[in-house]
Amino acid sequence: MSEAGPPLLDVDDLQVGFDTEAGRVRAVDGVSFSIEAGQTVGVVGESGCGKSVTASSILRLVPSPPGVMLGGAIRFEGRDILKLAGEALQQLRGRDIAMVFQDPMTSLNPVFTIERQLWEVLQLRFGLDRAAARLRAAEMLRTVGIADPDSRLDAYPHELSGGMKQRVMIAMALLCEPRLLIADEPTTALDVTVQAQILHLMRELQRRTGAALLFITHDMGVIAEMCDVVVVMYAGRIVERRPAVELFEAPRHPYTRGLLDSIPRKGVAHKAELPTIEGTVPSLLAPPPGCRFADRCRRHAALGAEERSRCRSQDPQLHDDGNGQVACHFPLPLDATARRPQ
Amino acid sequence: MTAVAGSVRPLLEVQDLHKHYPVRGGVWGRTVGTVRAVAGVSFEVAPGQTLGLVGESGCGKSTLGRTLMRLEEPTAGRVQFEGRDLAHARGDELLRLRREIQMIFQDPYSSLNPRLTVGEIVREPLVVHGIGSKAEQLERVRALLAKVGLAADAMERYPSEFSGGQRQRIGVARALSLDPKLVIADEPVSALDVSVQSQVLNLMVRLQRELGLAYVFISHDLSVVEHVSDHVAIMYLGRIVEQGPVDRIFGRPAHPYTRALLQAIPSVDPRQRREAPPLQGETPSPMAAPSGCVFSSRCPFAIEACRRDVPALELAGAQEPEPGRAHRVACIRRDEI
Repeated sequence: MSEAGPPLLDVDDLQVGFDTEAGRVRAVDGVSFSIEAGQTVGVVGESGCGKSVTASSILRLVPSPPGVMLGGAIRFEGRDILKLAGEALQQLRGRDIAMVFQDPMTSLNPVFTIERQLWEVLQLRFGLDRAAARLRAAEMLRTVGIADPDSRLDAYPHELSGGMKQRVMIAMALLCEPRLLIADEPTTALDVTVQAQILHLMRELQRRTGAALLFITHDMGVIAEMCDVVVVMYAGRIVERRPAVELFEAPRHPYTRGLLDSIPRKGVAHKAELPTIEGTVPSLLAPPPGCRFADRCRRHAALGAEERSRCRSQDPQLHDDGNGQVACHFPLPLDATARRPQ
Repeated sequence: MTAVAGSVRPLLEVQDLHKHYPVRGGVWGRTVGTVRAVAGVSFEVAPGQTLGLVGESGCGKSTLGRTLMRLEEPTAGRVQFEGRDLAHARGDELLRLRREIQMIFQDPYSSLNPRLTVGEIVREPLVVHGIGSKAEQLERVRALLAKVGLAADAMERYPSEFSGGQRQRIGVARALSLDPKLVIADEPVSALDVSVQSQVLNLMVRLQRELGLAYVFISHDLSVVEHVSDHVAIMYLGRIVEQGPVDRIFGRPAHPYTRALLQAIPSVDPRQRREAPPLQGETPSPMAAPSGCVFSSRCPFAIEACRRDVPALELAGAQEPEPGRAHRVACIRRDEI
């Protein structure tokens, strides 16, 4: 309780459910993490782990129904977003927090030109008139690597390539000069050379504006490239959180380790058997009482009977372990997990 | 011209293959231009080996795969399978050739008929080709499901009851039902989560070893291609710009595009972050491919001659390659850069 005030964003025990015919799916089940100003935090995990629902919750974009906020708080500079309504929520979305999605068409309106859409943003945020907005928008398009911005401004979204649309989306997000930019798989649909450009661009702009960045992705390479801190999610829970360098060098949760090992990389013999994570994610309609990863966990399989029953019966809590946190009763020891140098 | 070990006859030989599409426009729908989706591609695949076909969207790799399967008719060029003319085969001859070449698709969700049981899906090619009695077919289906790691009770269930990785196993079982020698796999693991990706890759490698399968493995994911391929061809705007043994392509890439692609992959090591992106701009539309070298509009090394002449695929380095290890690159400045 000394120098700084509250973190820029504080997600505290977030719980989000979805009502389905089969019952309530607890997609996000007690997720907590925070982001400081200027920091880049990555949330990584496989399909259905709850990472996108977590991101959408921050902007209150989870459709309801079927989505239900079951508990927790999301505080932006101390104010609980989940309690905001009307104008206050609008202001938060347009000014403080912006979001970029995997599919740019979720945010671009197909019937308006790019200029019209960027103008709306600038009018709302800074009250610019159309001429001033056009100048500002053209400048931003150039910044995000769009050649000939003047003719692009008069284009409709369908006239642009996927990479170009994603650049427009990022330009739109940045024109708001947000304090926090949430990017949900922003480069997943793009070619790798274009991805490299977009990631570089986001880093440059972050350096310039000091915005914080929340990066949601399934791609460990993108996480390694971009993030200061990594949050690993599995079945609606955080299983590990750690600075990126330490997470990649010495993951402590068997799931994180499994994810990293299953990527073919330098040093793995050609056509050799890759480590896998067998089995499937448990149903979140009725998650098992103990560790949700136990069924698929290699470490669990190698433990003694007594230890195994602890995994099965007690829900592991996220706890501090030096440089991060891990939710595992028997985390991987530090020495044995050190990864080979590349 | 051969890129395969001296005595072994290639399973698949592709020479100067083209697939062009007319571009229609105007009120009357006249042909106003041509997209050269595949513009003169040559390569070989040896029995039991994997050719990785790499490139970004619009490079023509999927069209190439579909043309090899004769799902698309080639515009020009030669395709020979075990010395038989695949590009022009018709009727019974085409049917026979099709038994030997099968395909695995990217999207395990849309490539399986949701109204058929898994047993029916895997058995269907046997029925179409009239192979064996019903009892023999069912026996074969059971064996195939076991081979790809699915429980026997999968036969009676529907694709919707399976996860993405399991569906891809079903797709693999179907592709293997006719005992093909060559499988064309178009982005077979791209839609899967990484932990499942490695399961399917392991399966494909194991089946190759056990059955002597050859693969044309089409992918945009370079680390996956490096892991499974023996030879690699890099495509850009309808052409192969570089091809060679996997260790050469990844260890000593010679084409500026190949180098940029390799540099663009994020390293799984936060201590090794890139400073600047290796390439600016985006791939031009195939309708507006640059003259001369297709990569010249984005190439940092391009000179006047690059924009004028189409470079041929020529040996990289001065030394005569060992048999089957030719490394070719289509760049007139290959020795200077």
